[in-house]
Amino acid sequence: MHIVVCIKQVPDSAQIRVHPVTNTIMRQGVPTIINPYDLVVLEEALRLRDNYGGTVTVLTMGPPMAEDSLRKCLTFGADRAVLLTDRFFAGSDTLATSYALTAAIRKISETWGKPDIVFAGKQTIDGDTAQVGPGIASRLNLQQLTYVSKINGVVSDKNQIEVERRAEGGIQVLVSTMPVLVTMIEGSNEMRRGTMAAALAAAKAEIVTWSAADAGVEDMTKCGLRGSPTVVKKVFAPAARSEKAFQLPVAGKPAEEIAALLLEDLFQRKPAIEDELMKFASGQ
Amino acid sequence: MTTAPQAPKPAAPAAGGNRATMKKELPEHFKAYRHVWVFIEYEHGKIHPVSLELLGEGRKLADKLQVELAGVIIGEKADELAAAAQECFEYGADLCYRVYDPILAHYRNQSFTKAMTDVVNTYKPEIFLLGATTLGRDLAGSVATTLLTGLTADCTELAIDDERSLAATRPTFGGSLLCTIHTLNFRPQMATVRPRVFGLPDRQPGRTGRVIDHPLDMTEESIITKVLKFIPDRESNQCQLAFADIVVAGGLGLRSAENFHLVKNLAEVLGAEYGGSRPLVQKGWITADRQIGQTGKTIRPKVYIAAGISGAIQHRVGVEGADLIIAINTDPNAPIYDFAHVGLIADATQVLPALTEAFAKHLSVNRIAG
Repeated sequence: MHIVVCIKQVPDSAQIRVHPVTNTIMRQGVPTIINPYDLVVLEEALRLRDNYGGTVTVLTMGPPMAEDSLRKCLTFGADRAVLLTDRFFAGSDTLATSYALTAAIRKISETWGKPDIVFAGKQTIDGDTAQVGPGIASRLNLQQLTYVSKINGVVSDKNQIEVERRAEGGIQVLVSTMPVLVTMIEGSNEMRRGTMAAALAAAKAEIVTWSAADAGVEDMTKCGLRGSPTVVKKVFAPAARSEKAFQLPVAGKPAEEIAALLLEDLFQRKPAIEDELMKFASGQ
Repeated sequence: MTTAPQAPKPAAPAAGGNRATMKKELPEHFKAYRHVWVFIEYEHGKIHPVSLELLGEGRKLADKLQVELAGVIIGEKADELAAAAQECFEYGADLCYRVYDPILAHYRNQSFTKAMTDVVNTYKPEIFLLGATTLGRDLAGSVATTLLTGLTADCTELAIDDERSLAATRPTFGGSLLCTIHTLNFRPQMATVRPRVFGLPDRQPGRTGRVIDHPLDMTEESIITKVLKFIPDRESNQCQLAFADIVVAGGLGLRSAENFHLVKNLAEVLGAEYGGSRPLVQKGWITADRQIGQTGKTIRPKVYIAAGISGAIQHRVGVEGADLIIAINTDPNAPIYDFAHVGLIADATQVLPALTEAFAKHLSVNRIAG
């Protein structure tokens, strides 16, 4: 079985700070990580390979420094890593991103065999769109299985895969025919740790690096800013409400007094809430 | 949506800034695209509330553009969908496009994408809105890619600019800033919105509209993915955060996972739902279905009590629909005080138990008195 896992190196959003005066992102010193949702599917890919045999190819599009994330994936146990990097890709929106990744997956297909499963993270923590996975599926005509909570099994000789998928109000159990594109929800599994030996090997491993031309991208006008139908017109911080919060005078008071102050203030602002609470309390 | 820059770029976050000023005439073949559409998510015999919320917002956009508001409703049975269409009319739709076929009994990406793209290509909307549910997101990504148009996810504000273009605002950079995104030269302009970001519009009983049927040109044999079964969530397992009247939530200011029970205790006394900010999910203190904010649940309670939450933008956009926001935070400069109504500069771990006790006492005393 050949499995391709698409990952993205993202800034650790927990550590992003916005400059209070200029409202610009302060990137300096913000560490990058592998998008956490990508690790969920990478782990699943490694488990499937361990159970059914085959290889796992990890693919990312990004700047040259995204190589670090790929090496981490090799440490975890991926068999090979491909970096798609080209200045033409800069500023890609999700449509342009899925176009470029699709070209690379076709090239991977020609080079190492057709993938049975393409995995993508449910969404990234920087863009949060959840659109690139479905974009790849549409372009490659793969069956699209998103928000999967569990892969029940794979029947390789019949190309069949059975999954449980988080749907609105319940779980859909689906059976499909590979090749498929799968995204998975958090909590499905936990990433294994790589060994020191694997880390050392990964540090020396070859990272296959492709430019747009190397990957066989046919139409450069579909890449990067030019290929992106969406345009960011403005980036801004939201204004504070005209009035800041009314601060209750709590300084130096014990917790009991603070609580009493809040109750009084709340019931004054929202008399109806007191009635509702009474109703709730008497209903118990 | 422009993802965070993939390659090194000067002067972030002006992603796409140089193109923002680029004004191009809309290509001729897109000029026929008119009207505002909302995808009506109809499953298990009912319309998802987010679709009705979007009809309310879509109505405003349609009125501004002086065009019609249409719902697109896809499912198995003509009569059920007709009843659902009537509900859409009462919530503001002028017409509904209906695609019904036994194949469409369950949501599947392949069949719904086909139904949806066929209707779009035939009737050509300029704006197309979908709820950012698991179904809506699964469908929107496929439809936008098939149509090769722009799609902006998880918008928190929709407006029409001076050039009749949809201005879709959403949090960006992990929810630390907002950005406004346009789909300039492609149609339809697509956007998804999470449940509860907009309120439910008023229902106008008896308001009518037209139903236009469109066939699904597809056979079951051509659909590769089959539904083996559907296991509904048990009612007790579903957390009702999004629709709760009172919500109590905790953040990193609680300092430890153990202290989270202080939030739960207060919620219990108030008959409220509880939740937390994103870092708590990442630390494993709470489950993902309890996350409040841009990537979690958007809430619109009457009262929201935020304990030890700093109030990053990604949290703010998830709670701004609350009538009354009470913030408890030791940091007087915490951003949450920019949008909370009432503030208590105090340690949440001390105030929460005192509040729980005070409410319990107040309610029991008054109950006996009453």
